[in-house]
Amino acid sequence: MKVLKQLALAASTVALFAGVAQADGLQGKVVGFSQIGSESGWRAAETSVTKLQAEERGIDLKFADAQQKQENQIKAIRGFIAQGVDAILVAPVVATGWDAVLQEAKDANIPVILLDRGVDASEDLYLTSVASDQVKEGRVAGEWLVNTVGDKDCKIVELQGTVGSTPAINRKQGFEEAIAGKANLTIARSQTGDFTRSKGKEVMEGFIKAENGGKDICAVYAHNDDMAVGAIQAIKDAGLKPGTDILVVSIDAVPDIFAAMVAGEANATVELTPNMAGPAFDALDAYLNGGTVPEKFIITESKLYTPADNPQGEYDTRKGLGY
Amino acid sequence: MTEPATVLQARGVVKVFGQHRALDDVSIDLRAGEVHALLGENGAGKSTLIKILTGAYQATEGEVLLEGQPVRFADPLQAQAAGIGTVYQEVNLLPNRSVAENLFLGHQPTRFGFVQKKVIYAKARAVLATYGLDVDVRAELGSYSVAVQQIVAIARAVELSGKVLVLDEPTASLDRNEVDRLFDIIRQLKARGLAIIFITHFLDQVFAISDRMTVLRNGKLIGTSSLKDVSPTDVVRMMLGKDLEILHPVSTAAEGASGPVMLSFDGFGKPGKVAPVTLDIHRGEVVGVAGLLGSGRTELARLMFGVDTAESGKVTMNGKEISLRSPVQAVQAGFGFCPEDRKADGIFGDLSVRENLIIALQAKLGWFKALNRDEQLEIAGRYAEALDIRAANHDMPIKLLSGGNQQKVILGRWLAIDPNFLILDEPTRGIDVGAHAEIVRTINRLREDGLGLLVISSELDEIVAYSSRVVVMRDRQMVAELHGQDISPKIIVQAIAAQHQEAAE
Amino acid sequence: MKTRVLSRLISPQTMALAAVLLVNWILFPGFFDIEWKDGRLFGSLIDVLNRGAPVAILAIGMTAVIATKGVDLSVGAVMAIAGATAATMVEAGWPAHTAVAVALLAGLACGLWNGVLVALLDIQPIIATLVIMVAGRGIAQLITEGSIVTFSDPTLIFIGTGSFLGLPMPVVIAATLAVLATLLVRRTALGLLVEAVGVNRSAARYAGISANVLLLAVYVFCGFCAAIAGMIVAGDIRGADANNAGLWLELDAILAVVIGGTSLLGGRFSILMSVLGAVIIQAMNTGILVSGFPPEFNLVVKSGVIILILVLQSPLSATLFLRAPKAKTGASK
Repeated sequence: MKVLKQLALAASTVALFAGVAQADGLQGKVVGFSQIGSESGWRAAETSVTKLQAEERGIDLKFADAQQKQENQIKAIRGFIAQGVDAILVAPVVATGWDAVLQEAKDANIPVILLDRGVDASEDLYLTSVASDQVKEGRVAGEWLVNTVGDKDCKIVELQGTVGSTPAINRKQGFEEAIAGKANLTIARSQTGDFTRSKGKEVMEGFIKAENGGKDICAVYAHNDDMAVGAIQAIKDAGLKPGTDILVVSIDAVPDIFAAMVAGEANATVELTPNMAGPAFDALDAYLNGGTVPEKFIITESKLYTPADNPQGEYDTRKGLGY
Repeated sequence: MTEPATVLQARGVVKVFGQHRALDDVSIDLRAGEVHALLGENGAGKSTLIKILTGAYQATEGEVLLEGQPVRFADPLQAQAAGIGTVYQEVNLLPNRSVAENLFLGHQPTRFGFVQKKVIYAKARAVLATYGLDVDVRAELGSYSVAVQQIVAIARAVELSGKVLVLDEPTASLDRNEVDRLFDIIRQLKARGLAIIFITHFLDQVFAISDRMTVLRNGKLIGTSSLKDVSPTDVVRMMLGKDLEILHPVSTAAEGASGPVMLSFDGFGKPGKVAPVTLDIHRGEVVGVAGLLGSGRTELARLMFGVDTAESGKVTMNGKEISLRSPVQAVQAGFGFCPEDRKADGIFGDLSVRENLIIALQAKLGWFKALNRDEQLEIAGRYAEALDIRAANHDMPIKLLSGGNQQKVILGRWLAIDPNFLILDEPTRGIDVGAHAEIVRTINRLREDGLGLLVISSELDEIVAYSSRVVVMRDRQMVAELHGQDISPKIIVQAIAAQHQEAAE
Repeated sequence: MKTRVLSRLISPQTMALAAVLLVNWILFPGFFDIEWKDGRLFGSLIDVLNRGAPVAILAIGMTAVIATKGVDLSVGAVMAIAGATAATMVEAGWPAHTAVAVALLAGLACGLWNGVLVALLDIQPIIATLVIMVAGRGIAQLITEGSIVTFSDPTLIFIGTGSFLGLPMPVVIAATLAVLATLLVRRTALGLLVEAVGVNRSAARYAGISANVLLLAVYVFCGFCAAIAGMIVAGDIRGADANNAGLWLELDAILAVVIGGTSLLGGRFSILMSVLGAVIIQAMNTGILVSGFPPEFNLVVKSGVIILILVLQSPLSATLFLRAPKAKTGASK
C-alpha cells in the first residue's frame, strides 16, 4: 500500500524525469522490463521511475523481478519473446552469458535495450545501452571541488567503494583526473568504506584521528552518498562542522544527502539518475517510428546538485521514488 | 568320504593394536561347501579376524593361505579379486543407483569403452534369477527392502569373488520370512561349493544353517567343532568361558537379606526393543541380568533410565507411580546409570575428574544451584577416596585416566547424588583385574548400604558373585528369573540356551 | 589465585593484542592519545572499543553456542532484522522502548527458531542457522522495503552513539553484557553444563542434563546478543541498512571466539577471551585505517595477523614455547 502511495506522490512530480515527452509514438506498445531485483534504494527508484515513464507514454510495461539471478532474467526475456512484446529492457545482473537469449530476441525482431550495465556480447545483438559514465561522475565531483577551493591548499580524504569494484575504480579515476595538475589539492588518505554508511563512518573516524583531529582535512570525497552520510556523522562526533570545516562531496544523489544539504552538512552530489528508462524510451520511439538507429552507448547526464538546487524539493521528490 | 578341500586358512594369526592383542594365535580353516559360524561376544576378535581375512587389516604375525598358497592382501579389493567377498550388516552399496548398476559397479560389461545398459540389464536379470529374485533391475536399489538389498549385495559379492563369502550379521535387520529366504540362498551357494563364513548373535540361526563353528573369546581361539557334536549350552559356555565342572560358591547375596520392594516395573516395554517386563527391585538387592549380546539386556536398561521411552506399562516407586520419559526424570527419581559404552555415553573426556564426578549432582540440582569450588573439591575428594580413584590430581582431564579409574569416576558420579537405584551395564568391561575386583566389592558394599542395583554382565562368575536374583534375557524378552540355589553359571547358561536345547532335543 | 591472574595476563591473546597495539603505535604515534571532548573520551583507542563492540557482543553469544559444539551463522542477518524492526517502528510512530523490546523479541524468536532446528530436530547447526543467514536478510529487506530507513529517535540514536561516564554506549553495553554473561555462566552451573553438552552430548543426556533445553537457551541467547548488536549498528548510523548491516559479521564473531581460544569442537570456553578476540580484530582494522596503507592491503594484513595468532595459540606452539606456563595453567584451573 505504501508503495502505491509513493507512486501517486511521485506521479505529480514526474515531469522532472519525463524529459521531453515525445509525440505519443509509443502509445499502446508493449515493453518487457527485466529488473535485477531491489538490492538498493537506487534500484527501487529505477524501477519506479521506469514504471512512471511507461505510464506517461502510454506503454504497457511488463515488469519482471529477477531477484539477483541471471537464470530468472533469461526466463523472463524468453517469456517476453513468447508474448511477442514490441521491445525489451534489461538491467543485466552479470556481464556474461547473454548471447543465446539476445540472439533469440534478435531472431524474433524484438529490439533489446540494456539499462545501467553493459554485457559481454556482440553489439549487434542489442539496440543500444543506456548507462551513466562513472568516470565522468568522479570528474564532475572533482571539478566542483577544484572550483570551490580555488587557490587554497586542500587536503582531501577519499572514501572508496568496495575494493576492485568497477564504480570504485572509475569514480576514483575521474576524480583524480579532475584534480590532476592542481598542486594545492592532494588526496591525503584513501580507504574503502565498502559503499556502506557504517563503514563510511568508521573509516572517517580513523581519518580524523590520523589527521590531527580532523583539523587538517579540507574535504571528503565519498564514492557514494551513503558513505558521505556516515562520514558527516563522524565529523560531527569529532566536534567539527561538516559542510563548513570539512567540505563533503559525493555521488549518487540519494534523498538523505539532500537532507544533509538542507542541514548545511553536505556541499555537493553528482546524480546517478534512476531515469535510465527515459532515454531508452526516447531511442525506442525514434527507432520504431522513424527508423533511426540510435548510438550504441547512450550516456545519461551526470548532473551536479548543490544546496543552491532546492535540496528540500529534491529530497521530497526522491523520497517518493522508493529510495 | 574324503574331507572337502580347504579353501581359506589362517594360521597362528596375531594382531596387535598398540598394547592390546586383539587376536592372539588364532587359526581357522574354511572348507569348500561349508557354512562356518564365527562366534564370540563383543571384543572377542571376530571382526578383527574377518578384516585380516579380507585384507582390511594386515596380520602382525601368522599367515593367511588361499587354496594352499600364502597370500597377503593390501586391501579388500585385492581380496575380492582373489575370490573373497564380504557382505556387511549395513549394505554398503549405492541406494540411488539402479539394482543392475550396483550389481556390476566397477565391472560393467563394456564395448569399445561404453557401458552397454541393455547387456547389463539382461545379465543382471539372469544373475538375480538364480537367487529367485525377480525385481526391476532398472529401479533404484534404495527403493527395495533391506532383504532385497542384502541379496543384491550377496549376488554382487559372489559374482565378483566366488570362492569365499563372508556374511557379517546379515540377519540382524531381517524378519523371519526374510531370514528363511536368505538361508535358502545360503544353502544354494553352499551347494555351489562356496565356503561361507557366517557371523551372527542368534544361536538358533547358527544351528539352523551352519556345519561347523569357531568360537573366539578375548582374542583367543576357544575351539572349532562340528555343530553335530555340540549342544547350544556348550556353545554358550564356550562363548562366555565358563568351566561348569568347577563348583561355584553360591551367591553371597542371599535373597532373604534384601529389604522391602522399592521399585516396581509393571509390563514395562517398547515394541521392537524389549517385550513387556514385570520386575520388582527391593532395597538392598542386586538383580543380575544375564543374556547374550543383542538379547535386549542393554535395551532394558535404557528403558529403565528413560533414555528410550517405554510405550507400555508403568513404574511405581515406594507405592507411587512415577514418569520415566527422560534421563532427567530418572535422575530426579534417584536413579543412576553407568552405560556400557563408557567413552561414548559416560565420560566427558575433556572435562576434569572433579567435574566428571559432580556433573550428575549438578544436573540434579539444576542450573542455578551451582556447587562452588570448595563443595566440588569436597565431593570429588570424598568419592575419589571411597572408590580409590587414582588420578595425579582431580583437575586433570578424565580422558587421561585408565578405563578402570574412568569407570570408578562414573560410579562415583552416581553415588554423589545419593541414589536409590543404580543400573550398571557391563561395569567391568575393559578393566584390568585389580579394578575389576574393586568394582565387584563396591557393588556388594552398595547392596549392603541398602541400594537397589541392576547389573548387566557377560561375566557369569561375576553375576553369580553379587546377585541376589538373576533375570535372563533372550530374544528381547525376559525369559527366566533365578533365585537362591539356581544362581549358578550352569543354570544361567542353560537358561540362555534353553530354547535351542529344546529345539535340538 | 595469583598464578591464575598472571597466567591469564600472559596468554597468547593478551600478547597478540599488545603486539597489534604496539604496531599501531609505531605506524601512527598518536594512537594512544585520548582527549576529553564534548563530555566524552575521544581517541583511536576509544574507536577500537567502540567499533569492536558489535562484534564483541556477537562473540559473547557465539561463545556459548560454539561451546556446545555448534555455530550460529545467522547473527549478521539477525542484526539486520533487529535494526530494521526498531527503525521501522520508531519511524511509524511507536515509542522507542516498544521498538527496542520488539527488536529484542525478534532476535529471541530467530534464536528460538535456530535452537528448535538444532536441539529438537537434530539438524547440524551450520545448516540449521544457514536458513536465517540467507532468509533473514530478505526478511529485513521486506521490513525496510529495500531502502535505508533513516530515523531521528533520540533513544535509538543514543544506543548507537550516546555516551555514559565518557564512554561510548556500545562499549558500555558490551562490557555490561560481557560481565553479566560471565557471572551468569560462572556463578551458576550453566557454564559447566554447557561445556558438558559441548564435550559429549550423549554423556550429558545420560548424566541427567537437559541438553535440549540448554541448546535452545544458548541459541536464544545468541539471537538476543545479535539483536542488541543490530540496534547499536542501526543507532550508530541513524538508519537501518538491511542490505549491509551485520554483513559478514558472523564470520568476525566466530573468528573472535576462535582467537579467544574456544575450540570449534566445543567444551571449554571463555566469554572474556572472546571479547578480547573481538578487540584484537578491531585493533587491527583501526590500525589499518590510521596507518594509511592502501585499501588493497586490508585483507592481506588482517589474514596474516590472524594466522600468526592462531599459530601462536595452537597446541604445537604451546608445547614449543609455553611449556612451563601451560602446565601451571592446567593445574590451577
